[in-house]
Amino acid sequence: MMDRAMMDREGTFTGNRGLEKEEPLIFEQGSPGKTAVDLPEPPASKNRLGGLERRAPIGLPGLSEPEVVRHYLRLSQKNYGIDTGFYPLGSCTMKHNPRINEKVARLPGLGDLHPLQPVSTVQGALELIDTCAHWLKVLTGMPAVTMNPAAGAHGELVGLMTIRAALEDRGDARKRVLVPESAHGTNPATAAMCGYAVQSIPADDRGRVDLAILRERLDSDVAAVMVTNPNTCGLFENDVQEIAKATHEAGAFFYCDGANFNALVGRVRPGDLGIDCMHLNLHKTFSTPHGGGGPGSGPVVLSEALAPYAPVPYVVHGPDGATLVEKPDDSDGKPFGRIKGFHGQFGMFVRALSYMMSLGSDGLRDVSGDAVLSANYILARLQDTFRVPFPAPCMHEVLFSDRTLKGTGVTTLDMAKALLDEGFHPMTVYFPLVVNGAMLVEPTETESKESIDSFVDTMKHLAERAAAGDVKFFHDSPYLTPRRRLDETTAARNPILRWHPPSLDHAAE
Amino acid sequence: MRYLPLTHEDRQQMLSVIGAESVEDLFRDVPADALLSDPVALPGTQGEMAVEQAFRAFAAGNVSPSSAPSFLGGGAYRHHIPATVDHLIQRGEFLTAYTPYQPEVAQGTLQYLFEFQTQVALLTGMDVANASMYDGATSCAEAVMMATRTRKRRRVVISGGLHPHYRETSVTYGKYTDLDIHALPADWQDSEDAGAAIDGETACVVVQYPDFFGRVRDYTALADACHAAGALLVVVVTEVVSLGLLKPPGEMGADIVAGEGQSLGNAASFGGPTVGLMAVRGSFLRQMPGRLAGQTVDVDGRRGFVLTLSTREQHIRREKATSNICTNSGLCALAFTIHLTLLGEQGLVRLAELNHANAVELADRLAAVPGVDVLNDTFFNELTVRLPKPAAGVVDAMAERGVLGGIPVSRLYPDNPDLRNLLLVAATELNSSDDMDALVATLTEALS
Repeated sequence: MMDRAMMDREGTFTGNRGLEKEEPLIFEQGSPGKTAVDLPEPPASKNRLGGLERRAPIGLPGLSEPEVVRHYLRLSQKNYGIDTGFYPLGSCTMKHNPRINEKVARLPGLGDLHPLQPVSTVQGALELIDTCAHWLKVLTGMPAVTMNPAAGAHGELVGLMTIRAALEDRGDARKRVLVPESAHGTNPATAAMCGYAVQSIPADDRGRVDLAILRERLDSDVAAVMVTNPNTCGLFENDVQEIAKATHEAGAFFYCDGANFNALVGRVRPGDLGIDCMHLNLHKTFSTPHGGGGPGSGPVVLSEALAPYAPVPYVVHGPDGATLVEKPDDSDGKPFGRIKGFHGQFGMFVRALSYMMSLGSDGLRDVSGDAVLSANYILARLQDTFRVPFPAPCMHEVLFSDRTLKGTGVTTLDMAKALLDEGFHPMTVYFPLVVNGAMLVEPTETESKESIDSFVDTMKHLAERAAAGDVKFFHDSPYLTPRRRLDETTAARNPILRWHPPSLDHAAE
Repeated sequence: MRYLPLTHEDRQQMLSVIGAESVEDLFRDVPADALLSDPVALPGTQGEMAVEQAFRAFAAGNVSPSSAPSFLGGGAYRHHIPATVDHLIQRGEFLTAYTPYQPEVAQGTLQYLFEFQTQVALLTGMDVANASMYDGATSCAEAVMMATRTRKRRRVVISGGLHPHYRETSVTYGKYTDLDIHALPADWQDSEDAGAAIDGETACVVVQYPDFFGRVRDYTALADACHAAGALLVVVVTEVVSLGLLKPPGEMGADIVAGEGQSLGNAASFGGPTVGLMAVRGSFLRQMPGRLAGQTVDVDGRRGFVLTLSTREQHIRREKATSNICTNSGLCALAFTIHLTLLGEQGLVRLAELNHANAVELADRLAAVPGVDVLNDTFFNELTVRLPKPAAGVVDAMAERGVLGGIPVSRLYPDNPDLRNLLLVAATELNSSDDMDALVATLTEALS
């Protein structure tokens, strides 16, 4: 009789493991004559392509509908999603994605609207954008919002461009943006895209922006200070009002990265903290799906001083109902331009508004409350197992360092890989850079206590196993995932970024 | 509340483990004057039924292009999306995953991105494509940034056949990085010679294929002129279905193709979210923005996929990155790739032929309407007609009769009186002869 160990060693004939199937590329399947879409024969007509017809086949494979369904279903089964289990990826706010959001985004009259229909035929859509904007303004305590940006980093770019436009309008060109060293990489990359030099601000021993150094570096050449609050260590910047004051005294603007707004929603309005500008990630705080990496949506709330410079388009109300201001010349303000096609990520506004209306002002308060409670609970239960570099309380996420793993031969990465076998998605690892071997855990408010306890118990178990010297076990983890550790070095050194027909000998692109 | 699993008892137990009196205690780092004691002034929790009704009311305030004859294009196209697409993209493992940072449990996402990159490269005739951008307009702007970075030159020539939103987005992106953008006037008369605008400081020329007015132009000579001057040719494609029938930009000598992929798998959704495409010649690979999925092996020697060449990206390079882009359009790219897999070679070609045949019929029908001139000699599924009076009023009049009859060019070029009478009309596989009857009838009526 064959036992489980023997099966693991010898494998199966097909390479499949029961429900988990090996799946070739679409290019390795089907035949060119097949299709999964039956279309009518086109009527005969003289073509008007000006002699620019394609002369060679494209090279796409042909599959029938059942083959296509199986392909993508099998691929889906190799993925871990929030629907699969606990996904505490710090600073990404992997919360439950309600399906009502998906349903309403697909309603005829919303999902199928063309962006350039006459405005008289999209009054409901403009009202919806305006309602979503209203919720965001009230929740942040800010007077204005631009709904255009396509994602968080795009929102950062729009925020900084707005700031730059406002500064240039007052004849005050400035050259530098101050960014804490714990910031997301998008912050300095955005500042550079907006033509600014980036100067880093170190963290103090409390994991916060070093206020003394910030003050020292703030001069008449600084355009903006970009601060994430709560910061990427999961801590509330308790000097935030002093930062705002110092920034304004230097004639600069205070940009807040709202990636971590889930900690504050319904309880703290950033407008009360003295900020001028903040992007919101609708795919984080407001539950629109992360979708394997987008689409996002990054509306930016603005102060009175910045509002006139916001980009086009935006919704205004006139005697004939709502309309869109699509050109800077039609604006009462001084829009700095346009930053994307059409009118923002409308489908994401539908989902985010559906989420906000479902929770309501009371429910949203519970969101931040439960998110912060859950993170602090994890902190309390794991503080004797892993080093907590900064004193409690934390906000919606908790940061651990790898100090207690020192000397075991087991790294943060190994912990992450071992968690995969235990059925958890790992936390964010090696970010932020301000502590060694960072593990940033963000449970969100949509995890049950049982789920959180199970994660905590697993982390404790793995820490014990590391302490017991079971290094090989960790280095070879994961064992049970659809693929085990992948060779990223070779992938980068000899990039293969597309499929090629096997007959052709293609070197690296 | 249905989305929140913690019970009152859970919360009490958790607080006692933490050693806190209340949830409010945990917010003690927030300045007291900024901590709200009551919910903000917005409506309270609602059940799913009430929420759904509210959105049905929003939808009822619009005219749905699915229930009215609709001829709008201009960078967003209404195509039939097979039911399979929407079913599969809503698999929770796709919908609720994030960027594949842990490749061992993200092979699904990584493999479809690899397949997506291959499909985009094949369609455009380029060497490599990335894993998506936000949309066509931002992809175009990033292509411009990439060209100026690669060539170390500041001057950019933008064709008057480029979609105005793409031009405006590129101008905005270039404004703060000191680019010298030379935008040619709206080329509605097909008289442009973009090659004449190239000089020794030019980093790139940006053209659209088919162009904003619907024309199909051969850019081979322009590519040669660019390359002779050390500049790059950026070709923008806003209607990707056209590549089922048309010679790919790569064959004309394009160096970068920036496109909009909405037409495959994605509803117009009032303009967003959609999926930006970017494909380049192999030599520009390391200057490309955005994510790339690459093939490799795992420790057991089995083929697998990872995100690769991330030293170009913001999370590693910070202010020296090729772009600040992080989250892109993953799920829209999935819809694109599933739709294209369903179509396959034969289906895509057939779909493109149907679009073109319907547009030929539309052109012939419109040409027969008294006072209407069809301006295009060539087109794929969209064309420009000149009316005897301003198009905006005509479109509004047709809308009142329940027909979405096209886009007045003046909506995108409000300051140019020459364009006031121009109407942009598109036909896809969804436009029936009945739709065209309705268009012709309402147009005739609106012009009389």
